[in-house]
Amino acid sequence: MGTPAIELKNITKTFGPIVANKDVCLTVNKGEILSILGENGSGKTTLMNMISGIYFPDHGQIFINGEEVLIRSPKDAFKYKIGMIHQHFKLVDVFSATENIVLGLKDDGKYNLKASEKKIREITAQYGFELEPSKKIHEMSVSEKQTVEIIKVLYRGADILILDEPTAVLTPQETKKLFAVLRKMRDSGKAIIIITHKLHEVLSLSDRVSVLRKGEYIGTVNTAETSESELTEMMVGKKIELNIERTKVEETPDRLEIRKISCVNREGITLLNNISFTAKAGEILGIAGIAGSGQRELLESIAGLQKLNSGEILYHNPTTGYTENLRDKSPVKIKELGVRLSFVPEDRLGMGLVGNMDIIDNMLLRSYRRGKSAFLERKKPKDLANKIIEELEVVTPSAKTPVRRLSGGNVQKVLVGREIASSPTVLMVAYPVRGLDINSSYLIYNLLNKQKENGVAVIFVGEDLDVLIELCDRIMVINSGKITGIVDAENTTKEEIGLLMTKNDGGESHE
Amino acid sequence: MIVSFIQRAVMQGIPLLYGSTGEIITEKGGHLNLGIPGIMYVGAISGVIGAFLYEQSAETVNPILAVIIPLLSSMLGSLLMGLIYCVLTITLHSNQNVTGLALTTFGVGFGNFFGGSLIKLTNSDTPSIALVETSKCFKTPLPFAEKLGWVGELFFSYSFLAYAAIIIAIVVSIFFNRTRKGLHLRAIGENPATADAAGINVDRYKYISTCIGSIIAGLGGLYYVMDYADGIWSNNAFGDRGWLAIALVIFAVWRPNVSILGSILFGGLLIAYNYIQNLSFEQQELIKMMPYVVTILVLIVISMRNKKENQPPASLGLSYFREER
Repeated sequence: MGTPAIELKNITKTFGPIVANKDVCLTVNKGEILSILGENGSGKTTLMNMISGIYFPDHGQIFINGEEVLIRSPKDAFKYKIGMIHQHFKLVDVFSATENIVLGLKDDGKYNLKASEKKIREITAQYGFELEPSKKIHEMSVSEKQTVEIIKVLYRGADILILDEPTAVLTPQETKKLFAVLRKMRDSGKAIIIITHKLHEVLSLSDRVSVLRKGEYIGTVNTAETSESELTEMMVGKKIELNIERTKVEETPDRLEIRKISCVNREGITLLNNISFTAKAGEILGIAGIAGSGQRELLESIAGLQKLNSGEILYHNPTTGYTENLRDKSPVKIKELGVRLSFVPEDRLGMGLVGNMDIIDNMLLRSYRRGKSAFLERKKPKDLANKIIEELEVVTPSAKTPVRRLSGGNVQKVLVGREIASSPTVLMVAYPVRGLDINSSYLIYNLLNKQKENGVAVIFVGEDLDVLIELCDRIMVINSGKITGIVDAENTTKEEIGLLMTKNDGGESHE
Repeated sequence: MIVSFIQRAVMQGIPLLYGSTGEIITEKGGHLNLGIPGIMYVGAISGVIGAFLYEQSAETVNPILAVIIPLLSSMLGSLLMGLIYCVLTITLHSNQNVTGLALTTFGVGFGNFFGGSLIKLTNSDTPSIALVETSKCFKTPLPFAEKLGWVGELFFSYSFLAYAAIIIAIVVSIFFNRTRKGLHLRAIGENPATADAAGINVDRYKYISTCIGSIIAGLGGLYYVMDYADGIWSNNAFGDRGWLAIALVIFAVWRPNVSILGSILFGGLLIAYNYIQNLSFEQQELIKMMPYVVTILVLIVISMRNKKENQPPASLGLSYFREER
């Protein structure tokens, strides 16, 4: 250890008004594993993309082996022996591992897959990978695909490896294997940067940890001298006062009862693991967790879009007094049962609205079934569209503008407005303020509060812990499809939630 | 009789083989060029124009020039068609299906316009142009063919363009599977973003593969006029061979070497009605449908087996913008 392989000095990158990285300084030594820790949106990936040549920094310098360099493209990054393993693999499905690994190489003499295969076998033997070079990508497991990506950069002679959340898609056993390989690479003198938000991995694998928060560089500590609570505090920071009003509703009957639901995807990975909770009318239930912990699947299974393997979703109907089981029912069926469920999905223009249609037509999407004649009833949706534009201050040339042309915040207002207008009894919103400015965000918070006062059970999936604590009544924290805790928002701290979010759910040792 | 049937089947098949080889190269780069029928038509009429002008201007027909001039003018015509398609779909990202169909409509109109004009120039009684001299030069068979009896007739009686078609198909097959550039082209058709990230110039590959594919397809048109039709051009005689060529691509599961046999099979199915006795008109038409029926069957089989290697290139028909990563 000692000689720096790569050094970043005062790196700043902005995207329009958003500062993704501000004055970040980092050093990675040869023969060292550095973890970069931070919440979603803290600028980890942006920073790494600057090292690997996808973005170019606005300010600051990058030094490699003590010399200042400019990395303008992925090709430049290759030249400085930097290899990045992206979270989303860049592989051709119908090609074999070897074909993928040699793809794009020119300076390799004659095209000879046999010789390349031999070289790949040497690399796999050296670091202890398990890979059959002639296997096709589409026949591989996720972890094998990742191995191909890693060998791809090693084959090109990379000395500095960047791994973007490499364990997000792996099983604990595969993670263990990966870590063993990474340690071997470190011992052979390579510099390794690993982006993650899993604390236990940081502690077990890395030599040093650098923490980013909201694009800012917080500090670097030696792993041996730190603890989970110190790192959590660096990650989430101090509490910020937001002054969102929280009203108390007197009567809060149970509205939605989730009993032990589990769901496994096609690859056999568990998305939801034995989740049970109750959503009450007149209450905002917050859901916190690292992105991809099962929030989306949870909401979709309630909305009738996700098949479950076990469990029940019980709805207590306030008008009839009956209890219905919504599990595995289609959205139309759920509606026919008289359940008034509204869902504002994370993917606004994919699942929520149709981008090429105007605001009026998007209103129609929710009401077209109501008409009795063969022709569409256009008057009411038009009135509704105009009402939403006026009340929610949607900035648009007219109600006839395609939704695609509105800004993110206005799209969100249209979607939330439409969902609220159907006077739901359960309102589920996923990241409703993502990409919105402060004023629009507060508008949405107030709307949600008003719904709560009207006796709606609101389920709010959010990423900003400050907002969750101020807005919600209770906060449920999930981690890899499992509930790690349900806390009372008034008596909790960011640190407590942060720890729950990254809590290693027992049993699995990562050595 | 069998020998002459196979011989005719091969001659029917060669234009389809050219068309499908051209289309396969294009599709491997991720572009679905439905303009192939139009391009083949333009390839044919361009060759006819070249040959016509040469026959008109030359006192005596020099056999080498009589081949080279139509060949070059045909290649130039289909290259220009390919370039139009490239600029529209690769540079301007327009919809490939719409562009291809427009090109086919345009190509057929272009061919009929110039075909009609030439027919007028010759003042002939029949609505066709006869380029018998040029055709003779194209059809020069191998000198030893006649001495070998039926073997010679079956294997060595064709013109050079027929052998060229088979050689091109084999070379293209080898190119895909045994060369680095072939690997790159296939990667682009499957996943252009990955190819781009690997430092491959996606647009350049697409331009070159689409243009070369167009030229090869155009030669199919030229073969049809000069060999199959004995140098006689009449409007719309080319028929729907272009569409059959595209069907053949699917039949051959995107492999030019399979396409060689497939083209002969298609050719045989196309003319089978001539060789079956006592068919009514309706039955004849039904038999002519066979190549399409076979293609549909192949599609059903490969979809049901769902083997990844037999599927069309994954990004076929999609435009690639780098910014949309």
